[in-house]
Amino acid sequence: MLKGLLVLLLFQGVGEAISHYSGIPIPGPVIGMILLFTALQLSPRTLPIGLGEAAHLMIRWLSLLFVPACVGFFFLTTTSTSQWLAITGVIVLATLLTMVATATLMAHLLAKQPELKSERSG
Amino acid sequence: MLTIITPALLLLTFVAFSIAFWLYNTSKVQPVLCSLLHPLVTAPLLVSAVLLLSNIDYGEYRNANQPLFFLLGTATVALAVPLHQQFHHILSLAKPLLLTLLFGASFAVISALAIAWLLGANGETLISIAPKSVTTPIALGIAEKIGGQPGLTAGIVVFTGVIGAIFGPVLFRWLGTTDDRVKGFVLGICAHGVGTARAFEISAKCGAFSSLGLGLTGAITAIVLPWIVIYVLK
Repeated sequence: MLKGLLVLLLFQGVGEAISHYSGIPIPGPVIGMILLFTALQLSPRTLPIGLGEAAHLMIRWLSLLFVPACVGFFFLTTTSTSQWLAITGVIVLATLLTMVATATLMAHLLAKQPELKSERSG
Repeated sequence: MLTIITPALLLLTFVAFSIAFWLYNTSKVQPVLCSLLHPLVTAPLLVSAVLLLSNIDYGEYRNANQPLFFLLGTATVALAVPLHQQFHHILSLAKPLLLTLLFGASFAVISALAIAWLLGANGETLISIAPKSVTTPIALGIAEKIGGQPGLTAGIVVFTGVIGAIFGPVLFRWLGTTDDRVKGFVLGICAHGVGTARAFEISAKCGAFSSLGLGLTGAITAIVLPWIVIYVLK
C-alpha cells in the first residue's frame, strides 16, 4: 500500500519534471498517468497488490479532493454578473446535452457490435 | 496564530466532507433528496459558511488545503491502474469506444463554447469554459497554459461533474440505458472524477469504464485543446 503510493508519487514527479522542462503543454500528472500505464502494459508481472490498493483508495476519495476547488467557486469576485448567466447556462445545458448525445451514440454503436465478442472479453 | 489556523482549515475540509458524506448516505432512501445532497454540493457550502462566519478569506483556506490540490495530481496518475486493468475491453471494443470518445470530448467542448457564446460570454470566460469536461488537475493545467482563469475553470469543472453525477442516472433512466459500460463511459467523458466516483457506486464495471472515459478524455483534451485554443481563440 505504502509502496503503491510511492510508485504513484514517483510517476507524478517524473511527469511534472517532463512537463516543466520540455515545454509540452500537457499537464505533468497526465504525462505521469501515460507513463505508468505504459509501464504496467509492458511489465510481464501482474499488477502489484499494493499499487492496486493505493490507486483504488485515491479514486474512491476523489470527491474529497475536489472540495477546496469547489469552495473557490463561491469566492470568485472578479467575474461579472452577466458572465455568471453564461457560465451557469453552460454548466447545466452543455453537460446534459453532451451526456444525452454521447450515451445515445455509444448505445447505438454497442448494439451493432456482435454480442459474443463483448461477452467473451467481459 | 497562523500555525493553528492552517491545520484547522485543512481539518475543516475533512469535517465538512464527513458530514456531507453522512448526509448523502443517510438520505439514500429518498432518491430525489439524495441526489440534491451530493457531497460536492453540501461540503463546499458548509466550508463557505464557516469561512464567511469566521471572516477568513479564500486565499488562506486554499493555501492550507494545498496538499489536497497536490493529491488531485496523484489521483490522476492512479487512473492508469483501472485503465490498465480494463485495457482488454478497449481492445475488443476499440472502435465504438474511440468513436464515442472523440465525439463526446469534442461535443463537450463545442457545445459549451457555443452555448456560452450565445449567452454572451466574453473571451476570457470562453477560454476558462473550454476545458470544462476534463478532470480538475488536467483542466487547471490546460487553463493555465491557454490563459484562462484557473479559479473559474476549477469551479466550472467541478460543477459540471456534480451536474453530471446528479442528473446522469436520471437521464439514463429516461433514455432507457441499462448497459453499465455505457453509463460508466459517458459519466467518465462528461462528468470526469465526480462522475467516476458516482459510477463506482453503480458497479465496479461501471466505475472502470468511467475511469477509462475520464483518463482518455483528459489525455486527448490535454493534448489537443491547447493547440486549438492557440490557433482559434487567439
